[in-house]
Amino acid sequence: MTLVSGWGRFPVVDSDVLRPRSFAAVGEAVSAGSVARGNGRAYGDAAIGATRTVTMTGLDRVRSFDPATGRIRLEAGVLLSDLIDTFGPRGFLPFVVPGTRFVSIGGAIAADVHGKNHHSEGGFGRYVDSILLRTGQGEVIEASRDENSDAFFATVGGMGLTGIILEATMRLRRVETGWIRERVISASDLDAAMRALEAGDAATYSVAWIDCVARGRDLGRSLIYLGEHADKAELAEGADAFPVGKDARLSVPVDLPSIALNRISVRAFNELYYRMGARRAGGSHVVSLYPYFFPLDSIGDWNRIYGKRGFLQHQCVIPQAGASAVLGEILDRVARRGDASFLAVLKKLGQGDGILSFPLPGYTLALDFPVKGDILNFLDEIDRLVVAAGGRLYLAKDARQSRATFEAGYPALQRFNAIRRLLDPAGNIRSKLSQRLFDEV
Amino acid sequence: MTSRKSVLVLGGSSDIGRAAARAFAKVGYDVALAGRDIAALEPDAADLRARYNVEVGLTKFDVLDTAAFESFVEALPALPDVVVSIVGLLGVQADAESDLVHATAIMRSNYEGPALILGLFAERFLARGSGTIVGVSSVAGDRGRASNYVYGSAKAGFSAFLSGLRARASRGGVHVVTVKPGFVRTRMTEGMKLIGPLTVEAPVVGDAILRAVENKTDVVYVSGKWRLVMLIIKTLPEAVFKKLKF
Repeated sequence: MTLVSGWGRFPVVDSDVLRPRSFAAVGEAVSAGSVARGNGRAYGDAAIGATRTVTMTGLDRVRSFDPATGRIRLEAGVLLSDLIDTFGPRGFLPFVVPGTRFVSIGGAIAADVHGKNHHSEGGFGRYVDSILLRTGQGEVIEASRDENSDAFFATVGGMGLTGIILEATMRLRRVETGWIRERVISASDLDAAMRALEAGDAATYSVAWIDCVARGRDLGRSLIYLGEHADKAELAEGADAFPVGKDARLSVPVDLPSIALNRISVRAFNELYYRMGARRAGGSHVVSLYPYFFPLDSIGDWNRIYGKRGFLQHQCVIPQAGASAVLGEILDRVARRGDASFLAVLKKLGQGDGILSFPLPGYTLALDFPVKGDILNFLDEIDRLVVAAGGRLYLAKDARQSRATFEAGYPALQRFNAIRRLLDPAGNIRSKLSQRLFDEV
Repeated sequence: MTSRKSVLVLGGSSDIGRAAARAFAKVGYDVALAGRDIAALEPDAADLRARYNVEVGLTKFDVLDTAAFESFVEALPALPDVVVSIVGLLGVQADAESDLVHATAIMRSNYEGPALILGLFAERFLARGSGTIVGVSSVAGDRGRASNYVYGSAKAGFSAFLSGLRARASRGGVHVVTVKPGFVRTRMTEGMKLIGPLTVEAPVVGDAILRAVENKTDVVYVSGKWRLVMLIIKTLPEAVFKKLKF
């Protein structure tokens, strides 16, 4: 047994960990209580098996690529970072990337991850044409929108609970460069931020960073980042069409003591960040895709900032109607508490594709909190606001929501469970997350 | 046939072999992968073609079948620019202490086979007047330790062979690289307790091999920390060293 945790390092639990290097070995690895794990970037307990965790990063081959169509067939353990580094210079990028490039293809499908373009182009699953799935009962099936479509739509966003994703076929976006034309807008409060995001609907990429320590008049003050793929004519003279993705320049070598992150340090950081961003606001400029899409990837092991006890990310989505009032209430409570972290993110989402996909038309807010004090009770109260507004929490980030919150937020759960039972009648595929939220007790 | 440079990877299905093949293909080398099971190499060949648009060939190679080495080299469609040997067998020290068959397999897989095949390539490279030979040896060969001296002694022999070959071949335009990876997270080391800060992932070794070939490095410790660790281990007086269990 090994101690395993997600990116938030809470909870830490015992699990067998196996790392197969062939499909045959995957079959041998799966036993009752197994779930697949990619690169371990799910924050909570989604990628930890009830008894056994099957790490898929050893299966990282590209099976085929057609440069005429951008269609690619990959093993599930290929990382998006690898895909971007390999195919970016050839003029192809994934249509959807989340806030870190260090996730696996299998994990990106299982969480149906979204990026800064969800409002305009949908989630990761929309660009997946088919999935090779080893179901819980050991059958290997190809699932697509036409064939085994129930399995397909249950697997996209299904948190790995339909079986082990072995391979996938997806489409890549043709790009002229690896650069993004970015426009920064500063918004002095929440209403201004939401108006800017509404106005940003026409942009391919849009996201807001919220200062969740600012209170009163400044509540919800934000920097909004809009982005478009830049073409070659926009690049500085002599710039490479595709920038180099650097390894993390900084890294956090040890767990910081929990005191490191306090009201004063966070407030100072946020003040500085906001002012520097606001100074750049207005004009547009061209930036490398790496800092644009993956700002935190430049700090290695940044999760250690929160100390040994780990941290929780609370990411909810609130339906469009009434989002303003609910988000205002949540931000007010968070600001009063004062221990939420630097990077709160606000973003507009569109319709999700999978049965259990997180996105729905509305606003998503993501907040980080160190694990300490009465944080669990505090978040339960926030959840009540989310549920009352018809919202839900993102399973890929979750480590603590209640069954009641989960069931209220995901009305398609019954349909998902029915498909899961057909694919896995004996219940072999189980994670710590499924034990907490899905499985019959 | 293309005018591009080419690399032959002996032990192409190992984690370090795959990583080295990717590193070379990424900068435009055509690749030949050699291993015992050609069918098992096919997915890796497809991976290299899809990623880097290079030519990839597969050849059957068994490091214990030394009698077939001459014909293996003869049968290659072309003499590569670079040959990299990653073959090796860690084995189980405790078994090797009493099981002669197992001990022999470790010695032959880590010393006899790799040295003989690279020696053959050296002759042909010298006749041509160019080429680079890379042998993946081990820090375990720097000093025989109680916990793995059967493996370590074979790697020591291999390192000595490469050292001598380098001295001789350098006069004929042929470069020889000795790679000592230290702990690498691979199938070979699965289940072993590895020391985090001294452990690297296979792609780091693959990139280090490519860099060593490009920069004509002689001996590569993939992590500089290992050079220091092994320097200390090598300098300990025997009276102290023999009391250590590691």
